[in-house]
Amino acid sequence: MTHLTLTVNGREHALDVPPSRYLAEVLRYDLGLTGTKIGCDEAECGCCTVIVDGQSVDSCIYPAFKAQGGQVLTIEGLAQPGPGSQNGGAPELHPLQSAFIQHGATQCGFCTPGFIMQAKTLLDENPDPTDAEIKECLKDTYCRCTGYAAIISSVKAAGEYMRTGTMPDAELPPVLEPLSQIGQPLPRLDAVDKVTGAALYTDDYTFDGMLFGATLRSEHPHAAIREIDADAARALEGVHAVLTHADVPGDPRHGLVENDWPVFAGGAYPARYVGDAIALAVAETAELADQALALIRVKYDPLPSVTDPREALRPDAPQLHPDRPTGNLLKHIKVRHGDVEEGFAASDVVVERTYRTPMTEHAFLEPECALAVPAGYKGRLPSTSKEKADSDHESDKLTVYVGSQIPYSDRRQVAKSLGLDDEEVRVIGTLMGGGFGGKEDIAGQIHAALAAQVTGRPVKILYTRQESLIFHPKRHSTIIRIKTGAKRDGALVAVEAELYGDSGAYASLGEKVMTRATTHATGPYVMPHARIDCYAMYTNNAPSGAFRGFGVTQSAFAVESNLDILAAELGMDPAALRRKNVMRVGAETATGQELSESVGLLECLDLVEEDIKRAKAVDSSLPSSDPWAPVQVGSKRYAWGIAAGYKNTGLGGGAPDKAEAEVEVFPDGTAAIRTSSAEMGQNLVGVLAACTAQELGLPFEKVHVTVMDTDLTPDGGPSTASRQTYVSGNAARLAARAMREQMQNVLAEKFDTHPDVIAFHEGLAYVDERRLARMHGAELPAAGANGANGSAGGILPGSTRSVSFADAVNALLAENRLPKIRYEYWAPQTQPLGTGGDMHFAFSYAVHAALVSVDTETGEVAVARVISAHDVGRAINPLSLLGQIEGGIVMGIGNALTENYIVEDGIPWTERLGQYKMPGIKMTPRMDSHIVEHPTADGPYGAKGVGEISSIPISPAITNAIYNAVGVRCLALPVDQDALLLAMRDGEKEIDGHWGQTGPWLASNGRQPH
Amino acid sequence: MARWRAYHTPATVSEALSLLHEHRDKARIIAGGTDLILDMEANQAAAPEALVDVTRITGIDRIAQEDGWIVLGAGITHTQIESSPLLRAHARCLTESCGVIGGPQVRNVATLGGNVAHALPAADGTIGLLALEAEVEVAAHSARGARHTWQPLLSIFAGPGRNRLAPDQMLHAFRFRPTPARAGNAFDRIMRPQGVALPVLGIAARVRLDAALRRVEEAVIAIGPAGPTPFRATSAEEALTSAKAFDDDAVEDAIAAAQAQASLRSSKYRASQAYRHEMIGVLLKRVLHTSVERARVNEAPAGPEGA
Repeated sequence: MTHLTLTVNGREHALDVPPSRYLAEVLRYDLGLTGTKIGCDEAECGCCTVIVDGQSVDSCIYPAFKAQGGQVLTIEGLAQPGPGSQNGGAPELHPLQSAFIQHGATQCGFCTPGFIMQAKTLLDENPDPTDAEIKECLKDTYCRCTGYAAIISSVKAAGEYMRTGTMPDAELPPVLEPLSQIGQPLPRLDAVDKVTGAALYTDDYTFDGMLFGATLRSEHPHAAIREIDADAARALEGVHAVLTHADVPGDPRHGLVENDWPVFAGGAYPARYVGDAIALAVAETAELADQALALIRVKYDPLPSVTDPREALRPDAPQLHPDRPTGNLLKHIKVRHGDVEEGFAASDVVVERTYRTPMTEHAFLEPECALAVPAGYKGRLPSTSKEKADSDHESDKLTVYVGSQIPYSDRRQVAKSLGLDDEEVRVIGTLMGGGFGGKEDIAGQIHAALAAQVTGRPVKILYTRQESLIFHPKRHSTIIRIKTGAKRDGALVAVEAELYGDSGAYASLGEKVMTRATTHATGPYVMPHARIDCYAMYTNNAPSGAFRGFGVTQSAFAVESNLDILAAELGMDPAALRRKNVMRVGAETATGQELSESVGLLECLDLVEEDIKRAKAVDSSLPSSDPWAPVQVGSKRYAWGIAAGYKNTGLGGGAPDKAEAEVEVFPDGTAAIRTSSAEMGQNLVGVLAACTAQELGLPFEKVHVTVMDTDLTPDGGPSTASRQTYVSGNAARLAARAMREQMQNVLAEKFDTHPDVIAFHEGLAYVDERRLARMHGAELPAAGANGANGSAGGILPGSTRSVSFADAVNALLAENRLPKIRYEYWAPQTQPLGTGGDMHFAFSYAVHAALVSVDTETGEVAVARVISAHDVGRAINPLSLLGQIEGGIVMGIGNALTENYIVEDGIPWTERLGQYKMPGIKMTPRMDSHIVEHPTADGPYGAKGVGEISSIPISPAITNAIYNAVGVRCLALPVDQDALLLAMRDGEKEIDGHWGQTGPWLASNGRQPH
Repeated sequence: MARWRAYHTPATVSEALSLLHEHRDKARIIAGGTDLILDMEANQAAAPEALVDVTRITGIDRIAQEDGWIVLGAGITHTQIESSPLLRAHARCLTESCGVIGGPQVRNVATLGGNVAHALPAADGTIGLLALEAEVEVAAHSARGARHTWQPLLSIFAGPGRNRLAPDQMLHAFRFRPTPARAGNAFDRIMRPQGVALPVLGIAARVRLDAALRRVEEAVIAIGPAGPTPFRATSAEEALTSAKAFDDDAVEDAIAAAQAQASLRSSKYRASQAYRHEMIGVLLKRVLHTSVERARVNEAPAGPEGA
């Protein structure tokens, strides 16, 4: 221990800490200032940015003693105490904090403190920065949610406020006429916490007597485990337990769909990928737990491994799960529609190519953390809910705190492996620093719960970034051979496709993901004949599972690339080819579903095409006749590319899809809505609040939302498949509606009128005299607004027949009615693949166009501009919706240009975040986003999902643009500038290699990967 | 990763060297730490007993003009370099190369000395210094206090990631000559958006033109990575200075000479040898043209005094 003196946020601290502390650790763990986040431990992501003596630093690798005697400013020190803040009043936010809220620049919020601190250093020197200066300042500060556009506009807005005293509003695309709460750009309910550093993620919680767990992971992609010698580790002072497979009291395996993933490899279960857990050390400190791991000796018997999904299908391939009747084949998925032989015979042009997409990583900025508190723990359990009643909730159950996309599934899997009943376990979801599909599977939940039970102490397991990278399921890498046939006039006739998906060592959601890749492999087009076969394979790579886009990202790349090749062969405009074939109302999908409503794809195409043409016309240097023709500017050649896509909303395929929500109203005039659905940054909480507020006629901020708590919230189902707005949104809407109807009944008696004329608006409940008059056949002069749910304009002057919402609740209570209602919403039934029925209850559609530059001297590729249109049914919150769109687009740019999780013969090469580049702010293009609203009948106010579709068409739009620019077709992702340049030099038309290639390229064109 | 057990912040060079000497090879010098700590965290460097933080040594971050030299303390940060008017006037290849390393949070702490000591053949700051024909001042422990010697920059590199400093030696300063009239310099590099943030190729050039502003009289060209240590393309320099005029032919000859002299290799997930070969052409053309343009307008490069 050494003496450290720091002034943090104006307050002096004198501490005795180990000389090896990093500044972020001192701030978080010694001073409890948890607003400073740790995202990578390698100065890569910028989440940990704080200001030391006036300069921003990455505090995660900044030795604390470097700051000895210095002044440190953290996110907690930015807001000034406002009037009344002593008594719990709101602090006065820094302009950046206000702007981040108003412009939607905080989503999951994990990166937000780092961004605000780093942007502050810019604005302090220059309150009028250009976009380029903002991008330079924030170039090494990463956000995975927003796509950075909102961050850039926030910084500009804050600067403007500092210069002029006026904060400009966010620019949002036009949407349908809003209702009082629906269609409004309402700020996030958690936004103030997120911009001030008060927001708590799992690692921000501590408990008295808390121990720390660290996980020993397999070094081999496939190996039987002969012996685990943990005696030395157990003997280390401060180590409380070393747990292995022998310590699992219940089911030794877990899994979301297949029960195939061992809690610990060992015993009957070999290690099947590098990263499989073998043992857990539990100790007084995280450092001691790490030291214990180093003392564990594991004797492996290496087994032959298979890491290519095509090889995994061979009968002589090493078998991962010998107990499975289908061997390494997780699932053969088939789509059969019409007669493809007949279709190709009738086609004038047939195009066939093989495409490849890489394994990619979610790179949510918060690494996984699980914290379990044993049953009988005497201390207080902090609730993640802000409801007063809930913070008093007494529980002595085994409780797991975790940022998880599926709390009830976690509870089921934890209970099963611990040999407990579900009700003996409580899962509390903390705020989540991004998910994107990567926090659906079990990470440390079972380990932490088991360790808490064994030691009788709270146990926290925080994964390092490096551990997170090798451990958690990825996006499937795929190999897709696709053959598309069309008539001379461009009418699509047939598609035949064969997909191999690398599902890795465990099933996770692999079957579901690859099913979606398969069923969407026609693209959003009418396709009379289709034969599509997909082989989802087990291999000794990291498991693959859910990742935004859920398989459709991969097949869309193949479909949309083939379509542009087809357009070129037909001599057709690529937009015209799509226009001829896009799905419209009445079309039938290849799985036999008739689309009876809500197909806004054609409008999306129209909007995007008009914009491209306008963009051409604006710049007089660009030729206007052909929107796809390239333009040379210096060494760069620019061209547009286009692609379309669609994505189901909801689980589909016959899976029961339901969500339950509970509404409660309080005599103080507020309401609560509760469901276990996961908030991971997408602002589901805002959707739930808006739906509830709309139905109850309350201002949005009067609704408390509690999510992700298996004791307090009913099951909302998984946050996956773009389903939560639709399914949980509906559950909240209908629960609130049921409550409103109950209150209408009570008030109707009180006012001696018909329940239907009791209206709720802006915190009032009243007799809508106009409605009443209409009911009696009379007309009153129109006055005031006419909200969907009545309006205050319906109160006649002098009317006494109105009460506050609070009194309406009191009236309810006086009648001994329950102020609480649960509603179980069942989404429309779907049918399994192959039955020809409706596989899905809704689809979202999008068209993306990308203006791409290729440097013809260097091969460097950049996206300058993206024009998009998304049919989302209905915009519930345009601000959050735009965040989903822009974030999805930038993630798709990463998919096309930067991202590849590289595994060499089963050994991850990508071990650090620094080796996995997600798009930084410098890659953010200008984005023009149209919102198209073709409402779907059963969706809440017509809404359907948007979480995934925004990430789907962008990758092929980019590669189509590259082709239009320089005449080279990229058949594999991510695009390799090296290969692209050499192909341009050598006059080659197609590249089947990609960056991060580990094996030989598909075609033997003489070039070797480097 | 096991971490260090002591953290020292000496105020003088001799104090720092004494600490290093006491710990023998069990201590490491830390400046910004942005390379060292990552290497330690990735277990590529063994955890030392002690870290000796040299950034609080008086004068270690100075920028000065002394005796006809521009002198930079080894602890000067990349941010200080980027924002120095003196260096912008005389060492654009250095401000440009140091301005593209990492993000501001890294540049605020990462030092030029650290960049050089890390000894990567593609290190941007090092390539910029090399084109300035910089010398490095090495301070060595001795019984009678610190011993300082100036030596050519290239003399301290042993191989990729290895320098020739003994455990009780440290970099103390760099120096190079101010830019004379009719001289200019520039840096540019090629990155890729994937994988580790190391340049595919970086080139810095410095030229001085004749009185007629037609011919290159002096040229220095530094390229990285083009060998196990930072590389001077001397044959390309000769090609330029032996040409009758700075024109397309002279540039093409310089490119061909640089391509012939450089030892390019394919590095996994970074670049192929063929690509790097092409990039020598692209980058050298860019930096030579920029340097010559700057030289042509550079009549009296006084530059503001001090930093």
